[in-house]
Amino acid sequence: MLPYGNGRSYGDSCLNDGGTLLHARSLDRFIRFDASTGLLECEAGVLFSEILDLVVPQGWFLPVTPGTKFVTVGGAIANDVHGKNHHRAGTFGRHVTELELLRSDGSRMVCSADLHPDWFAATVGGLGLTGLITRARVQLRKIAGPWMSCEVHRFEDLAGFFRLSEQSDRDYEYTVAWVDCVSKGKGLGRGLFTRANHAPAHPDARPPSPGRRPNVPLTPPFSLINPLSLRVFNTLYYHRQRKEVSRATTHYEPHFYPLDGIGSWNRIYGPHGFMQYQCVVPPREAQACTEALLDAIAASGEGSFLAVLKQFGDVRSPGLLSFPRPGTTLALDFPNRGHSTLSLLNRLDEIVAAAGGAVYPAKDARMSADSFKRYFPDWEFFSHYIDPGFSSSFWRRVTE
Amino acid sequence: MQKVVIIGATSAIAEATARRYAARGAHLFLIARNSERLNDIAQDLRVRGAAQVGHAVLDVADLTAHARVVDDLWGQLGHVDVALIAHGTLPDQSACEASVEVALHEFTVNGTSTIALLTALAARFEPQGSGTIAVISSVAGDRGRQSNYLYGAAKAAVSTFASGLRQRLFKVGVNVLTVKPGFVDTPMTRNFKKGALWAKPDAIAKGIVRATDRGRSVVYLPWFWQPIMLIIKHVPEFVFKRIKL
Repeated sequence: MLPYGNGRSYGDSCLNDGGTLLHARSLDRFIRFDASTGLLECEAGVLFSEILDLVVPQGWFLPVTPGTKFVTVGGAIANDVHGKNHHRAGTFGRHVTELELLRSDGSRMVCSADLHPDWFAATVGGLGLTGLITRARVQLRKIAGPWMSCEVHRFEDLAGFFRLSEQSDRDYEYTVAWVDCVSKGKGLGRGLFTRANHAPAHPDARPPSPGRRPNVPLTPPFSLINPLSLRVFNTLYYHRQRKEVSRATTHYEPHFYPLDGIGSWNRIYGPHGFMQYQCVVPPREAQACTEALLDAIAASGEGSFLAVLKQFGDVRSPGLLSFPRPGTTLALDFPNRGHSTLSLLNRLDEIVAAAGGAVYPAKDARMSADSFKRYFPDWEFFSHYIDPGFSSSFWRRVTE
Repeated sequence: MQKVVIIGATSAIAEATARRYAARGAHLFLIARNSERLNDIAQDLRVRGAAQVGHAVLDVADLTAHARVVDDLWGQLGHVDVALIAHGTLPDQSACEASVEVALHEFTVNGTSTIALLTALAARFEPQGSGTIAVISSVAGDRGRQSNYLYGAAKAAVSTFASGLRQRLFKVGVNVLTVKPGFVDTPMTRNFKKGALWAKPDAIAKGIVRATDRGRSVVYLPWFWQPIMLIIKHVPEFVFKRIKL
């Protein structure tokens, strides 16, 4: 069996072909929230969106959030997720002060940095394999209101990205960049760099109207994301801002969760869907390596709709199998065109492995067992903590 | 601040409804069989903003216990703005056919007990002269079908009883709301294959709160069950008895 939260992992880490899934989404009750300290305790199936609805009006925010708020607390722990503030806050697991693990023999274990710390380290980032996380305590972050002050800087090449990152990571809590991965040659690695902080109270601003969100009602027979639309989109997006820098105060929703605004957006990729790929390469070779990755992508013509680049900080990840580590991370999604897409991803894997980097299991559907074992050398030690009744399609794929 | 009483408070629709009232800052009082689950739900509702959450244990099939629980409610709360009766089971129709005892017990849980509670609540709401008694019936009560006519008959009794009670209490300013949900994805229906007609408990809860606020009499949830049931009710019996439903 395998716990299944809200199914937002891109690959097979939340699937268990031929086995049983434990639908944990129904563990959706809050247990305690102290609005003076920001300590929240809830069951593991509670969604980040539900937490935000509850705590933002009371002046608190998630300590770390991925690019969608439709993930469960249990899933966020099991994948030790990260966000645009990784250089400051590290991963989500660092803000989990305690969790309860239910094992298949019926025993329950409370784990934290002090209590069964080895089990805590195995469960954070443990891909749901150490047992069912039933509840957790999370330390939230204080905010003045739901507003963000954002700046978007245009950069012309990768060097520009690294320069902006270095300048920004000290004074800005959230940094991330979008890269035009269709552009080759001189424009290789051009893009838009976003940096933001929570804004001070902003009494005259009004939240976005909670109107109906648009929805992709059906899956088109072919992918709407193809070489032509990619080129058009990437070029237009890069030039959407004329000025080199633009500044704005925005609500946190469009800042953190742009894609959550469109229901079932994944359908635009057609019946074959898409492949996510996120890797991290160590700081020493970051620029050369990222350039090699972007080169390989531009040369392949596969192109990614959303290419996201970010500098991870050196805050240690608490999990044995946590993905984030110091360096530069690049996240991409490719329309799935079968063999050609897979062979591009294998080429990217070679570059990442040679640099001593890693690929993110939560977004993977195809890495080889050899690659996985290189990226996560602690996997064998970790495997002692796997519940004898638990397994996943991902785990069988990368270890058997 | 609204005072809201929910009977059958551990059911999925009831819990989703309670969350919506909690977010408004209501004072809630929950009644169900299982005190441990009541505790968990009460804790959750407090975090979600409920001004106060009380609870009491009651097995609705124990008809003699109703009076005491209803008396306690008014003793503790003084007055009640909304009472929602949400308890119920989904009987196994073939078991009801095989055993009179099972059939009558299921009828007690889904029909008689609700009628008893409506009677006891009406006696308190009538002198109060305000508020809403909401009761969850079902589209299954609109016409008996071979696949679940014991359940349907109990819900038909509830709907008919509520209709008469509504006329009686309308004069004094108390509304009786009959809620008729269609297929809802809850623990009660866990063994069913879900399709396009299935709704989530929170969608039903939203409809219940809205219908209560607006003083509606009968509400089908989601709305599309109203035209569907209109057709089903009007299929002539000589045709209806020949089809599988």
